[in-house]
Amino acid sequence: MTDHPAKTAAAPESTGQEYGHWRIGLAKLLRNKAACFGAVVILIFILASFLAPVFYAKDPNAQDIRHALEPPSLQRPLGTDELGRSILMRIIYGGRISLAISISAVVLALLVGVPFGLISGYFGGKIDFIIQRVTDVMLSFPPFLLALALVSVLGVGLKNTIISVGIAGIPHTIRITRGCVLSIREQVYVEAARAVGTRDGVILFRHILPNVMVPIIVNATLFLGMAIIFAAGLGFLGVGVQPPAPEWGTMLGAGRSLLFAAPHVATFPGIAIFLVVLGFNLLGDGLRDALDPRLGYE
Amino acid sequence: MFQYIIRRLISTIPVLFGISLMLFFLLRALPGDPAQVIAGELATEKEVELIRNQLGLDRPVYVQYAKFLVRIVQFDLGTSTRTQYPVTKEIAPRLLNTVILALAATVLACLLGIPAGIIAAVKPYTTIDMVVTAMALFGMSMPAFWLGLMLIIIFSVKLKLLPVGGSGGAVYLILPAITLAAYLLASIARNTRSAMMEVLAQDYITTARSKGVRERMVIIRHALKNSFIPVITVIGLQFGSLLGGTVLTETVFAWPGLGRLLVSSILARDYPVIQGAILIFALLFVLTNLIVDMLYAYFDPRVRYD
Repeated sequence: MTDHPAKTAAAPESTGQEYGHWRIGLAKLLRNKAACFGAVVILIFILASFLAPVFYAKDPNAQDIRHALEPPSLQRPLGTDELGRSILMRIIYGGRISLAISISAVVLALLVGVPFGLISGYFGGKIDFIIQRVTDVMLSFPPFLLALALVSVLGVGLKNTIISVGIAGIPHTIRITRGCVLSIREQVYVEAARAVGTRDGVILFRHILPNVMVPIIVNATLFLGMAIIFAAGLGFLGVGVQPPAPEWGTMLGAGRSLLFAAPHVATFPGIAIFLVVLGFNLLGDGLRDALDPRLGYE
Repeated sequence: MFQYIIRRLISTIPVLFGISLMLFFLLRALPGDPAQVIAGELATEKEVELIRNQLGLDRPVYVQYAKFLVRIVQFDLGTSTRTQYPVTKEIAPRLLNTVILALAATVLACLLGIPAGIIAAVKPYTTIDMVVTAMALFGMSMPAFWLGLMLIIIFSVKLKLLPVGGSGGAVYLILPAITLAAYLLASIARNTRSAMMEVLAQDYITTARSKGVRERMVIIRHALKNSFIPVITVIGLQFGSLLGGTVLTETVFAWPGLGRLLVSSILARDYPVIQGAILIFALLFVLTNLIVDMLYAYFDPRVRYD
């Protein structure tokens, strides 16, 4: 624990402390090659899925049976699936679905989990007890099974995949937020704010929230990758996004019955999932190392 | 120790209640008449009426919940709408298969993950450390079901060494166990490495070394036992992912376990079986966490007195 970024850069008692902290964090992050690689991979996928219509005007769901199950070639770089559709294009278009699901699910988990975690940690007492017991119960279901159980009730499809995966991420978000609030609640500046009569809401959002952002951001980044795997898992089982939508997991599910005839159909969508999740994991690890001063020695 | 175990056991009671409440409301959250949904679309008027009576749907909600609890405690999970067999009969043989698979994967992950983590920690920043770290990262980013498909392509389709799926003997267990173990193995390796590195920097390790204890003994006797605690934590934390993974792994390899039963029941809207399978999964998870906490208390006496 040699350097204390927050302390060395700090102009005390001002918001400049935060800016300094974030700026040093960013500099550290940019020096971390693995994290940069992760960020670049994610950027490439985001750009490709946004620009997809520009370089591929055809409908990625349009069938062309004459070219069904072609192995990779120069003309069709990743080959075609059982209905003659370009796998490369379906992966690129599918990126929109996977990224949209994962971002929406994480936003849902944060929108519900962070406020509950803040309230639970800050107020303590009865309300904390109730929130924590509910969290305990949600955590007693393996997360993927929680998502699966929710889908079995809500039904299949894009919207329900987002809701199920998002809810599965809520209990962890509550736990992490609450844990951080507990350690910050007793800090002098919070006590000072309380002593001068600042309202609880203001204390929570002005003084506590900014100081618990780092672990929340780090975990949200890691959860983005997890959400992609969860959504793909649901799609693979046939209870997620439904065909013909080119969702990566759904594509893998279709490729499963073609392992002998055309192994490439199941291979490439999995590589896409792997790369994006790897990207989020590298970025998440990098963010943790860069932003969390307690881990400064790493 | 005994007191700690009792305290820990008591603390699971509210969780079990919560689980039962959630499962109770799971079926009631479905749109439409629960009795009709549970009986299935093809059920006759009489069958629906029977289920309505069984669940006490004409009575207040708390009476319904009490009835539900009594039935669970008596191991009565209802009747499958698909096969008309009792749900417990459907679940029991598959539960055994899932437990076998999960245990095989856990043992495999420990046998490979712990030594890999130790080697990486003992020789930090060398090639072997980089390889372990990279493999661990890959293992944590790979969707297990895709890994399973790739293993099938390599070992079953191309090399024709192992069966594509199904069950029978130990040969059928190899690929599913590797698939399911991957994620746990990766996180065990990663955490063993960091825990071991932290322990190796402690004073008592330096003391042991300066006493002239051989390096091998320093690692096995002094360092390993102290790095077990974080590793146990990981196993406990990741066991949930492992159980979730059984659903996917079993589907890939047509392994006749609880996960596959759950998926086919969801696709067939066989709600009594869905409810039962999820209940068993949750109980398994609670039970493992209980065991993990006991192991904790065993390895770290400080835990018992908090």
